Amino acid sequence: MLDCTTDKIYERSAGVINPAKTCQPIGAMYAALGIHKCLPHSHGSQGCCSYHRSHLTRHFREPVMASTSSFTEGASVFGGGANLKAAIKNVFTIYDPDIMAIHTTCLSETIGDDIPTLIKGAEIPPGKVVIHANTPSYQGSHITGFSNMTRAMVVYLAEANLDKKAERVNIIPGFVNPSDMREIKRLVSLMGISNIMFPDTSGVMDAPMTGQYAMYPSGGTTISELQASGDSCLTVALGAYASGDAAYQLERKCRVPAVVLKTPVGINATDDFILTLRSSFAREVPYALEEERGQLVDIMTDLHHQFHGKRVAIFGDPDIVIALTEMTISLGMRPLHVLTGTPSGTIGGPQGIFEKEIAGMMNQAGIKGRVKAGGDLFELHQWIKREPVDLIMGTTYGKYICRAEDIPLVRVGFPILDRGVHSYLPIVGYRGAMRLVEMIANALLDRADRDARDEDFELVM
Amino acid sequence: MNSLRAGITVVEERRASIHTKSGQSCGLRCETDSIAGCVSQRACVYCGARVVLNPITDAIHLVHGPIGCASYTWDIRGSLSSGEELYRFSFSTDLKERDIIFGGEKKLACAIDELVERYRPPLVLVYSTCIVGIIGDDLEAVCKAAAKRHGIEILPVQSSGFAGSKSDGYKAACDVLMRLIEPRQGMQPFPGAVINYLGDFNLAGEAWIISDYLRRMGIRLNVVFTGDSSYHTLKKAAGAALNVIQCAGSMGYLGIAMQERYGIPYMNVSFLGMEDTANSLRQIAGFFNDAEITNKCENLIARESRLVEPQIMGYRQDLEGKKAAIYVGGGFKAISLIKQFREIGIDVVMIGTQTGRHEEYDTIEGLVGDGTVVLDDANPAELEQFMMQQGADLLVGGVKERPLAYKLGLAFVDHNHDRKHPLSGFAGAVNFAREVHDTVCSPVWQYL
Repeated sequence: MLDCTTDKIYERSAGVINPAKTCQPIGAMYAALGIHKCLPHSHGSQGCCSYHRSHLTRHFREPVMASTSSFTEGASVFGGGANLKAAIKNVFTIYDPDIMAIHTTCLSETIGDDIPTLIKGAEIPPGKVVIHANTPSYQGSHITGFSNMTRAMVVYLAEANLDKKAERVNIIPGFVNPSDMREIKRLVSLMGISNIMFPDTSGVMDAPMTGQYAMYPSGGTTISELQASGDSCLTVALGAYASGDAAYQLERKCRVPAVVLKTPVGINATDDFILTLRSSFAREVPYALEEERGQLVDIMTDLHHQFHGKRVAIFGDPDIVIALTEMTISLGMRPLHVLTGTPSGTIGGPQGIFEKEIAGMMNQAGIKGRVKAGGDLFELHQWIKREPVDLIMGTTYGKYICRAEDIPLVRVGFPILDRGVHSYLPIVGYRGAMRLVEMIANALLDRADRDARDEDFELVM
Repeated sequence: MNSLRAGITVVEERRASIHTKSGQSCGLRCETDSIAGCVSQRACVYCGARVVLNPITDAIHLVHGPIGCASYTWDIRGSLSSGEELYRFSFSTDLKERDIIFGGEKKLACAIDELVERYRPPLVLVYSTCIVGIIGDDLEAVCKAAAKRHGIEILPVQSSGFAGSKSDGYKAACDVLMRLIEPRQGMQPFPGAVINYLGDFNLAGEAWIISDYLRRMGIRLNVVFTGDSSYHTLKKAAGAALNVIQCAGSMGYLGIAMQERYGIPYMNVSFLGMEDTANSLRQIAGFFNDAEITNKCENLIARESRLVEPQIMGYRQDLEGKKAAIYVGGGFKAISLIKQFREIGIDVVMIGTQTGRHEEYDTIEGLVGDGTVVLDDANPAELEQFMMQQGADLLVGGVKERPLAYKLGLAFVDHNHDRKHPLSGFAGAVNFAREVHDTVCSPVWQYL
């Protein structure tokens, strides 16, 4: 399989082969699921909504609820206004959410439906809220969609009511698993800082099994928390691509200072996160965290000879990939090929940070590697053919290359469609880093065991 | 619809699409558009076309649109190939804002040129998506010009998502298949016992099981639409004496079209469950009216039944008296499942489809017992309410229904793309019984 891919690099002027991204609306849907009692709504054809729900369900193995405007030919010619009005009425009648988060699709964007005006003209029951984000599928990626919906939470809901900002931090976690959001909240709580995380899919997309089905599980950021975010004294956005825009929007709208950090994957990025909290809130780092960090360093030391010089290819979403690159370098590995499908410059998003940051890290570590934003997995495969690696880190889609080239895969990011548990255990923070170190080491050592000749096969490694 | 019990919220417009069986049939409302704002389990025209055509193994399936439509359909079909793997790649023109404004035709032509040069496929299928229907790219013209440049067949699939339902996508796919089929030369008389098998996508290798049965009956399988098919096999489809159709929802239209154009008769069959499998094989043998084929057919049925019956009875012991809920794509599959559950001692207490047709719902009403809830285009809230009300132990469905069932503490069997074992034929009947058994009897439910 995939044997039609050669190492000869072709110039391609059109089209993608084996994408490393998907479209905006699914990111917006995932972000909206991180609001308590929210029903995401897809303003477009039924297929979009169905695909997004299926895809999210395959990754999280949880029910994913979202409604759709069910566009027909008529709606596409005459506009989707009537559909949206009917949808808003039906959603509150049938499903009774507290809030409905509408995202657009390439179809409704191109027809030019004016969503804010349609919302204003719709019948919304008292006490209920409707927000929207424009998420044209032909711009950016699912990460852009996540970012746009997160920004919409600020645009529609954040309020500055207090004269003096509250001693509280807003955390925007970015497109990560609920397990990661949970872990980030735990870290902030350990620092003794009150916080509002948005969006927050923990307790929604990792809800426990109870034998009861709750259409709206207990998790998610509440509307009042989203309103109060305008009164916090700091916003920490984790990941420039998924979270930066919302943080800056909040800074402009409610004068909450914004700090944009890397997704806290690996020791450096977690240190940055903890130190930012420490200095901003004048808190001591508790022993519990010192201990976790010390354990991580201990593990890294114990296993460092397994990592040193190992060549790795990393692909996935930009925020995660930037942090993973830094982390693998911290372990002594050599990230030779680093790629994201998300284009590096999108409207409202960061411009060219991906390539710049990663090239900077490679330079500093003396690694001559390749980096690309807006690439695809066909290209990554060609790179790997030209310059082989010992390990690939990325989503499930990496398994084709891994099979073709006989390379182990450590599954990180979105989506993971062929394994379970990833949405319950974190990769962020010191504990998440320990888990990643274990995953990487096991992948490399399992391979060493498999490949060892009898005389080299060892009990103690 | 007064038989709906209290405490169940069903929006007024939905009431005609839900019915509790009580003696006479009532004509369920179906084949309609979904209500805006519903959490429908349905998909779009593109989805329908893509699932039908995707199993063509040696074609380039190029999705003309923004990236999502290609990403979500990348190798999720679960249809196996005995040869080429090209269909498992994901190709997209990845339309950007510029292309939406200035049109995507140039980019499409360019993408086709680059892909054909690299992969040298015999066939390129270009799928239209919502946006292409709106900006009005002329796929027909682009494909025609490209076909001329490269000397291969390049066909557009008219599958703009909003232009109907998933069923319309099936039709769009069948139209493409009709364009592929070459007329028989000089309209020679039909050759011997040669058939086409329509509506099997070789999920988990199902078409291979049926093809083996046919071979043992002395019947040659000309081509399967479209499981494990290739450009050259599809071309020769007009050379069969009979079309047998498994998935009538997606391929009934093709059967009719081939009868009209090539005079090939068709019959609907079902290879789900022992009863339907045996009946279908007899029906096929009966068509040829040949003592040897009939003989071989009966031998095969006897032999296979002897093999699988004890196994199925073993599972049946544990399953007797359990209750099943069914929510699948088409009516055809739903009908077979009712009978198949009966074989393992399970009653169906709730049954629904995304796109079932009137006559299929009539058949369903005739098969199920009184008190069974029948519903069309259900949303998850309705599924939940009726499964609980009806006391189901198990749900059969697709990817979106699985976690819903689990959350309710119900066992689940995937009868869609995510199935991992073939569920067709006698061997499939055992697999089905085993899958039902394994999930219903799993110890995990004790920890609720």
